[in-house]
Amino acid sequence: MANLKTPDKTLGEGLREIGLSRRGFLKFCAATASMMALPPNLVPAIAAALEQARRPSVIWLSFQECTGCTESLTRSHSPSVENLILDLVSLDYHHTLQAAAGEAAEEARLQAMEANRGQYLVIVDGSIPGPDANPGYSTVAGHSNYDILMETVEHAAAVIAVGTCAAFGGLPQAKPNPTGAMSVMDLVHDKPVINVSGCPPIPMVITGVLAHYLTFGRLPELDAYRRPMAFYGQSIHDRCYRRPFYDKGLFAESFDDAGAKLGWCLYRLGCKGPTTYNACATMRWNSGTSWPVESGHPCLGCSEPGFWDDAGFYEPVSVPIGVTSKTLIEGAAVGAVAGAGIAALARKAKKEAVANRQPVTIDELEQKL
Amino acid sequence: MSGLDQIPVTIESSASCSARSRDFGNAPAVLNQIRDALERLVSSGEETCIDLNAMPFGPGDLERLTELLGTGEAEASVEALGPTRIRETGIPGVWLVDYLNAEGQRLTLHVEIATVPQILRPQPQDLACAIERLDARLTRLRDPAHSPLSS
Repeated sequence: MANLKTPDKTLGEGLREIGLSRRGFLKFCAATASMMALPPNLVPAIAAALEQARRPSVIWLSFQECTGCTESLTRSHSPSVENLILDLVSLDYHHTLQAAAGEAAEEARLQAMEANRGQYLVIVDGSIPGPDANPGYSTVAGHSNYDILMETVEHAAAVIAVGTCAAFGGLPQAKPNPTGAMSVMDLVHDKPVINVSGCPPIPMVITGVLAHYLTFGRLPELDAYRRPMAFYGQSIHDRCYRRPFYDKGLFAESFDDAGAKLGWCLYRLGCKGPTTYNACATMRWNSGTSWPVESGHPCLGCSEPGFWDDAGFYEPVSVPIGVTSKTLIEGAAVGAVAGAGIAALARKAKKEAVANRQPVTIDELEQKL
Repeated sequence: MSGLDQIPVTIESSASCSARSRDFGNAPAVLNQIRDALERLVSSGEETCIDLNAMPFGPGDLERLTELLGTGEAEASVEALGPTRIRETGIPGVWLVDYLNAEGQRLTLHVEIATVPQILRPQPQDLACAIERLDARLTRLRDPAHSPLSS
C-alpha cells in the first residue's frame, strides 16, 4: 500500500509534473470556475489558490445506497477536468472502486485516517440504520454502518453527504422506513456536514464541492439544509427557461396537449420546481444535453428532504394545510409573488415533517406484519 | 392489429418544422449584458467574461444568440487540455471562447469582451522565463558543434 500521508507537493506543481501547460492550467481553472458556479472573473483568483493547494485524503463510505451517486460521478461528462480533480484528491478508500478487498481494504481506511488525522474528508453516500435500528440491515466487513461512520468521522476535517439518501434519508427512509434509516446530519453533530443532495446529484456539483475545498481550503457557504449555496441557492423554478410561461399563466395540462408541445410550464403536471433547489436548469445532464424539464417532464424534487413521501410526482406542488387547490391555481395565474408564497409554505411543511419524523422500528414493523 | 387503427393520428404541417429554430427569448437579455460590457471596454479598457454555461437557456436560445452576434474575421485554436476554439463575433471585441475536452465535449463556453481573449495571451509566468529560453537557444547556436558551418 502506498504512503497515504497527504503529499507536500502543491497542486500546481503536480499538474506541471504531468505536463499541463500554463494555458492548460488556465483552461482547467475556467472549467473549474464554471463547475463551482462562480463567475469567470474569479478565474485568476482560483488559479492562484489552486496553484498552492495541497492534495487532501478522501475516504468514501457507501451505506444503504444504489451506487447511483458513484455512477453519476464516474460517468461525469468532462472527464479531463473532473478526472484531474479526482486525481488531485487522494481517494484512499472507496469499496466499489478500489482494487483492494477484504481486510486490506479496511486497513487502507484505517491507515488513511491515522496518517491524515484531523485533515481528511469523508464522503458518505447512502443512509444509515440508526443506533437503535437492527444493525444487520447493512454491514461492511461485519461492522454496522453506524459504527463505521462514527469511527471514520471522529478525526475527519469535514463530512460530505452525497446524494439524497445520505443527506436526508432518501429512499431507504421512505415510509415505513423498515431499516430505521437516518441521514448523516441526523447522526454527526460535532463535524461540519455538507449535503450534496439529488438522486443522484449532478456530477459537476460533487466535484465542484471538492474543487471549492481544494481552492479555498474551506467548505462553501451553505443553505438551511447545509447544501452549498452556489448550486442550491436558487430554485429550479427561478432558473427555469419555461418560467416566462408560468408568469403568463400558460400551462401544459397533460403530457400531449398543445401546451406541452409548445413547451409551456409544467406546474400543473406536478412540477416540483418551485420548492426544489438544485442546479439542473443551468448545468443540465448527459454532457449538458438536457434536463428533465427540457425533456418535457416535471421536476420530481429529488434534492429536497422527504421527496419520496411528499405529494405524488404528478400532483401540483404539494398543497399544504391552509392552502386550497383553488388558491394554488389562482396563485399560479397571478404569478411569481403568489408562487413564491406557496413555495415558502411548502418548504415550511417539509421542515416540520423532517422535525417530527419518527422512524418505524423493526419491532413495530414486525408487529404490523 | 385491430385496435391500432382506432388511435387517432394527426400529421402536423411541415411548416412548423422547417421554420427557423424556436427559441425562448433569452438571447436579447444576454446581448444587453454584452452591450454594457462593451461600453466599459471602450471607455475604460475593462474586460468582461460571461459564462454562457451558467445561463438558464432553453433549446434554441444559444443558437439565436450566436446567430445575432454573427461571425468576424479572426479564428484561433489552442491545444492544451483538449482543444479550445476562439472565434471573433461580428461585433469587434466580442469573442466566443469554446473550451472543449480531448473528446470534443464542451467544458464551458465563454463570451469574452476584450481586445484579445485571455487564453491567447502568453501567461505572465511563461513570459518571465521567455528570454531565458531564447538565450539558451542562442547559446546553443554559438556553440561550434551546432554551427551550420561546422557540418
